[in-house]
Amino acid sequence: MSEAIFGHRSLTKADFPSQFDMATATFEPLPANLAEIQVRIEGYARDYGLDFYPTIFELVDADQLNAVAAYGGFPTRYPHWRFGMEYEQLSKGYTYGLQKIYELVINNNPCYAYLMRCNGLVDQKLVMAHVYGHCDFFKNNYWFSQTDRKMMDEMANHGNRARRYMDRFGVEEVETFIDACLSVEDLIDVHSPFVKRFENRDKYDFGKAADQEDEPPLPGRFQSKDYMEPFINPPHVLSAEVDRLRKEREQQSRFPAEPVRDVMLFLLEHAPLKPWQLDVLSIIRDEAYYFAPQAQTKIMNEGWASYWHSTIMTRQGLEPADIINYCDHHSGTLASSPNKLNPYKLGIELFRDIEDRWNRGRFGKAYEECDDWTAKRNWDTKAGLGRQKIFEVRKIHNDLTFIDEFLTLEFCREYKLFSFGYNPSTDAYEIESREFPKIKQQLLFNLTNIGRPLIAVRDANYKNRGELFLEHQFNGVELKTSYALDTLVNLHRLWTRPVHIETVLDGAATILSFDGTEHKTEKSGEIKT
Amino acid sequence: MRIEHDLSRFKQIVRGKIRQNLRKYVTHGELIGRKGRELVSIPLPQLDVPHFRYGKNGSGGVGQGDGEEGTQLGPGGESPGGAGQAGSDPGAHILEVEVSLEELALILGEELELPRIEPKGKPNIEQKKARYSSVRRSGPESLRHFKRTYMEALRRQISSNTYAPDSPRIVPIRDDKRYRAWTETELPEANAVVIYMMDVSGSMTDDQKEIVRTAAFWLDTWLHSQYRGVETRYIIHDAAAKEVDEETFYHTRESGGTRISSAYKVCVDLIAREFPPTDWNIYCFQFSDGDNWGEDNEKSLELLTDALLPQVNLFCYGQVESPYGSGEYIRSLEHAFGDGVSKLIVAEIENKEAVYPCLKRFLGTGV
Repeated sequence: MSEAIFGHRSLTKADFPSQFDMATATFEPLPANLAEIQVRIEGYARDYGLDFYPTIFELVDADQLNAVAAYGGFPTRYPHWRFGMEYEQLSKGYTYGLQKIYELVINNNPCYAYLMRCNGLVDQKLVMAHVYGHCDFFKNNYWFSQTDRKMMDEMANHGNRARRYMDRFGVEEVETFIDACLSVEDLIDVHSPFVKRFENRDKYDFGKAADQEDEPPLPGRFQSKDYMEPFINPPHVLSAEVDRLRKEREQQSRFPAEPVRDVMLFLLEHAPLKPWQLDVLSIIRDEAYYFAPQAQTKIMNEGWASYWHSTIMTRQGLEPADIINYCDHHSGTLASSPNKLNPYKLGIELFRDIEDRWNRGRFGKAYEECDDWTAKRNWDTKAGLGRQKIFEVRKIHNDLTFIDEFLTLEFCREYKLFSFGYNPSTDAYEIESREFPKIKQQLLFNLTNIGRPLIAVRDANYKNRGELFLEHQFNGVELKTSYALDTLVNLHRLWTRPVHIETVLDGAATILSFDGTEHKTEKSGEIKT
Repeated sequence: MRIEHDLSRFKQIVRGKIRQNLRKYVTHGELIGRKGRELVSIPLPQLDVPHFRYGKNGSGGVGQGDGEEGTQLGPGGESPGGAGQAGSDPGAHILEVEVSLEELALILGEELELPRIEPKGKPNIEQKKARYSSVRRSGPESLRHFKRTYMEALRRQISSNTYAPDSPRIVPIRDDKRYRAWTETELPEANAVVIYMMDVSGSMTDDQKEIVRTAAFWLDTWLHSQYRGVETRYIIHDAAAKEVDEETFYHTRESGGTRISSAYKVCVDLIAREFPPTDWNIYCFQFSDGDNWGEDNEKSLELLTDALLPQVNLFCYGQVESPYGSGEYIRSLEHAFGDGVSKLIVAEIENKEAVYPCLKRFLGTGV
């Protein structure tokens, strides 16, 4: 997707050119002065060791940029009202001078990036430097390694397929189905591209339990003399063993055997859908997997790009006359308005912090265990490993591991971080804590699974009636009930049999259900905390 | 452009023209604008696709800045600055913008409309009225502007040295001649009059009058930006009613009892006198705390049913919440008319924030 900088400089109302047909128009090549700047900036970026796919800049005006941004950075997508809504919001925000997109870059080979025509020359330089940071990140960060690098073409194909289905089966029909798919688009397993969750089953392997369906399972015993029997094979151990075996057998007879996090894949494989519906569902799923790493690495990605635009611009890119404009826009991007956490700011400062620590050798056992405050403060082994370290970090980490590994107490103090939460008694958000562990925990929670609840398919033959049973892996935070109920309606459209989700409401385990006509909420009894 | 197609699809859904089932997900996000010291919001309708999401107790996050533990960051309605999603928020800053009154009315204009406006007016009225207001170099002799022509000729003669002060004879040539010319002004095709009625009785506190005036002010601003030739009339009443000018309407302080029927009476007279319904679209907006004198209700309803409703295009009644009164008038209206009369719209306005929803109820396009 787009990595969009929403600067917050107000502009005057711009005159939009009238209708512009983007589908038929090709963007024009860069004018000579910008092309020359691109060559220079690209040279600087390479000299610093950044490594990226060929990068193509397109010059667009505000209206085109808003349209492209609404499509998630792509010139065309499948038809859907959601993009129209995004566009409306972006263009209204732009018209009223509330926000402005500075740059947009697509993870693709070659990388495509957009420059806004009305930006000043300094802005264009800054954006280019920033874009090369993103391109390097896209190419080298491990979490992007499984994304489709020909997504530009793929998205266009998706659009054509969806349009063809709309022509054949009706706009309303297909759009309604897309809505249902979008409702479950976040029920994917972001780690699945990297691990093998299931062994390929041999088709003649019917499971050990297949023949002994009705016999109770037999626990393993040690040989013993009669009088030693209670000691060598204690009865409670034996009964525990029987329970374990029984559970295991249950597990195997259940379908799916293990909870499946990739709900979309499960639906693709098992839901009774028509071929065109399967295709639409797989389109939405492919796109969800394509966009997931960008949500997973927002802080790092923006931090990395900001680090490089700042480095390149301040060391080589700037003419003396550019300084004021550059500073103005750079600080606008990194501005943290009171009580807001800006991922650009957090990212760049963490990268700088890491670079500084590894330059001065402030890591490892000796440093951690040092109790002397002054010694620790003046610690400097002249290790000079900073640059090397940040390149390594950008290769292997995502936001979750990045914060887990590198957010330090000192950093929290210096940047006045705090955690906040909702206080029902005052109906307001309040600062909860300034303690380092709590802040870190809160931030990690927000980043886990991209800030979304963990949900998996537990049983696709619930009550032996082919009903779909999902479980919410409860971690202390309840679901928004109204949304959950509506999501069930959409899920039912895909599964076509009653659907259920087990979650926790008001401290009690609860099953929310939808059977095609009405909702049911059932306390399943056990109290969880 | 493809995005235009998606945009029109979205707008149709929001307006409820297609996909009715989706409308319940419409929420109204907003941009914050600023007018003088007042903050105004620019409405941005939003449609949510439902997902499994964390509820309110999970909407905490990490922020940055000063403040003690327990410092409030913002009301519970929305998460402060979206920091709850530190990882995925695009860092969109909601900022305040200066918005002019005209722009604001334009923004409102996308959301509101004057319902049931019809082309009315005297059939023999000319659509265009000519008024002699300027001067041209050509025209019929009958319209020759003698003074201007003389001036031009004099000027030419002086500058070309053919003017003799001793025998001042001025002979205009063709280039000197000036003619009266007219400009055409268009008459509004649909005449509309808006009549505001406000209860200024003792039970209306200053706060409530403020709310009413805010509502009336926005109605006025919007109407004038959208429709040309809208007449406005103001009526205030306590136990007795009178027609007043704009200045008085917005600034008067009165006290006394409440007889809504008195305002209706004045309104009926006004319509009879100046705005025959055959020629005018008539819109009435009445604001009160609903604390009418008991025996007056019947009379009011009678006047409304028999005299007012048949004549007007729309009758809106907005009731502000009263700290004293019973506010029963709105209920007697609802009781008497139910939902059956589409010309009558009632709304309750609890506080200043409710002014906008109230306007939308009165003039909403269904957005």
